[in-house]
Amino acid sequence: MTAAPEIAIEVEGLTKSFGDKTVVKDLSMHVERGQIYGFLGPNGSGKTTTIRMLCGLLTPDAGHGTCLGYDILTESDKIKPRVGYMTQRFSLYQDLSIRENLEFVARLYGLANPKRQAREAIARLGLSGREEQLAGELSGGWKQRLALGACILPSPDLLLLDEPTAGVDPKARRDFWNEIHGLAADGLTVLVSTHYMDEAERCHEIAYIAYGTLLARGTVEEVIASANLETWTVSGPDLHDLADKLLAADGIDMVAPFGSSLHVAGRDHGALEAAIAPWRGDTRFTWTSSGATLEDVFIDLMSRSQDNFQ
Amino acid sequence: MTGDPVPVPQTARRHIRLPGLARLWAMFIKEFLQLRRDRVTFATMIFIPLMQLLLFGFAINTQPKNLPTAVLSQENTDVSRAIVAALKNTSYFSVTRIAGTEQEVDHWLRAGTVQFVVEIPAGFERALRRGETPSLLIAADATDPVASGTALGSLSGVVSHALAGLHGIPKAQTSAPFEIRQHRRYNPASVTRLNIVPGILGTILTMTMLIFTALSVTREIERGTMENLLSMPIRPLEVMLGKIAPYILVGFLQAALIFIAGYLIFDVPVEGSLLLLSGLSMLFITTNLSIGYTFSTLAQNQLQAIQMSFMFFLPNILLSGFMFPFAGMPVWAQWVGEALPLTHYLRIVRGIMLKGSGLTDIAHPAMMLTALTLVAMTIAVTRFRRTLD
Ligand SMILES: Nc1ncnc2c1ncn2[C@@H]1O[C@H](COP(=O)(O)OP(=O)(O)O)[C@@H](O)[C@H]1O
Ligand SMILES: [Mg+2]
Repeated sequence: MTAAPEIAIEVEGLTKSFGDKTVVKDLSMHVERGQIYGFLGPNGSGKTTTIRMLCGLLTPDAGHGTCLGYDILTESDKIKPRVGYMTQRFSLYQDLSIRENLEFVARLYGLANPKRQAREAIARLGLSGREEQLAGELSGGWKQRLALGACILPSPDLLLLDEPTAGVDPKARRDFWNEIHGLAADGLTVLVSTHYMDEAERCHEIAYIAYGTLLARGTVEEVIASANLETWTVSGPDLHDLADKLLAADGIDMVAPFGSSLHVAGRDHGALEAAIAPWRGDTRFTWTSSGATLEDVFIDLMSRSQDNFQ
Repeated sequence: MTGDPVPVPQTARRHIRLPGLARLWAMFIKEFLQLRRDRVTFATMIFIPLMQLLLFGFAINTQPKNLPTAVLSQENTDVSRAIVAALKNTSYFSVTRIAGTEQEVDHWLRAGTVQFVVEIPAGFERALRRGETPSLLIAADATDPVASGTALGSLSGVVSHALAGLHGIPKAQTSAPFEIRQHRRYNPASVTRLNIVPGILGTILTMTMLIFTALSVTREIERGTMENLLSMPIRPLEVMLGKIAPYILVGFLQAALIFIAGYLIFDVPVEGSLLLLSGLSMLFITTNLSIGYTFSTLAQNQLQAIQMSFMFFLPNILLSGFMFPFAGMPVWAQWVGEALPLTHYLRIVRGIMLKGSGLTDIAHPAMMLTALTLVAMTIAVTRFRRTLD
């Protein structure tokens, strides 16, 4: 076995088109070993496509790079045994039982004593007593747990998790993240795609992709800082009306409703102050200067890239 | 902290030797379990051959009743009268005409008024009493070979039985004291029921084996499990062999079922080696499984895979010598036929079952089956899409 490199994923200029639609454009990514790397972006932005290119399921049209030190274009045979890929859609065999699915994975990776491996995995997953249940009959949360269990059974060096918590209840979601942190603590590198903001905060680093283009990357703090957004929170009556008027004003880059308040943000301090001045004096509204949240930044990034896109 | 974290497995790093074999085995068990769980498919596999056999069985084995028969008796003796009486007594024949001349007989046969003519030549009785072996002349309209074949088969017994009651006729020892000289009209190289059993065996195996593997890859794609499978370290050859192998067993079971039923219903003998027949049947099963699997790797979806299988199935039925005598086909059709597995399997089965052929006699068709299998497998392995592109 080769010494594990310090960099788990290093790709540059990845591009992929389906027909005449470019789904991933010139994407570069750098993931260090032992990191939990969040891959964020709205639906259809190219997250799944990127992950598939990383594990050799799709061939990039352009770009190059390595995964666990192996070339993603030519050495996918060496990458596959060391990567656990959890697909967005449950893709174990629904007509096989939990035990049979796990035994299949264990045998396929050539593990010694697959029956025992499966039995131990079932115990670890807390599925003892249900091993003969068909995978197709499990609830969403248990399916996710089984899929994760199958991914880590061959002890991979890198986990690629594609929206593992989509459609899972909050408790199961939290448990899932605890598990991922436990795995990372044991030295695994985890690339996890999601569109939940709160999950982004649990990653060591994040990358944000929209319409196939990587718009920001770094730690959460870095991403927020690099956006250079100054944000005000305003509360009061008829916020909907106010939002329309603010959006029309120069110097305001983003207006987004958050519960009973409105987030108003701009990149230029002076222009922003000038733009909100007419309403600052209105006693019906309360204005508070607040730091930009990650969500503010993403909404801003997305609306800007949408402008470029159209 | 809520929930129990899933610790990384401790012992998992130990790998076994021969990983390729382990992957193939993993695939084999998985396919086998899925097959066992899929009740509909499993039932289909047992019922298709049984149903086919019964359908054919009825069509073939229904004793042809009351075949319109003419008797042309060139003598009027105890023997000739006994034969006519016996013919009238069986349900096979219905003696509708007594002919005076050969011309009459020819005319009736051509017109279809009778399907069968029994001619008792002059001096038949005398020759019998002398212990010679005189000939009964039979002319049969073989356009319906199945019907006339069965009647022909029963004739010898009917006549022997009739003669046994007569005084002064030597008792039959090992064979009848007379011989039946038959003249099949209109379809001299007729397909007999013996030829049909190998045909059924071959067509049923072709159809079921093709369909089962034709669905195997497209099904994984449509169910979304292919994405998972492709992300794991398994190679196209291992996927193929793992998917084909369980069905070889199933196909063998089917073949055994058909053999047994064929033996019980049709009384078809196996002159040659049963072991050889089993071995080459497995080869034929593998050939069809490989071809079905190849379709599966070429097709975009399950429907296309089924369509390809049927496109392939049709010439197998028409041009293999099952429906029409191979030698009678135009040359281009014979060339197509040579590329079809059923053609070669029919030669093998007819050879072993009916003629008692050994491996050297049927080496050519056996090699052809091997070649077809290897070609199909090569195409399948090279065409197997290793990515989702
Ligand atoms: N195999 C494919 N053929 C054609 N279009 C595809 C294919 N896979 C993905 N796409 C398109 O590419 C875009 C990005 O998809 P995807 O990578 O699944 O995004 P995400 O995972 O971020 O939701 C979508 O518009 C999707 O419709
Ligand atoms: Mg996706």
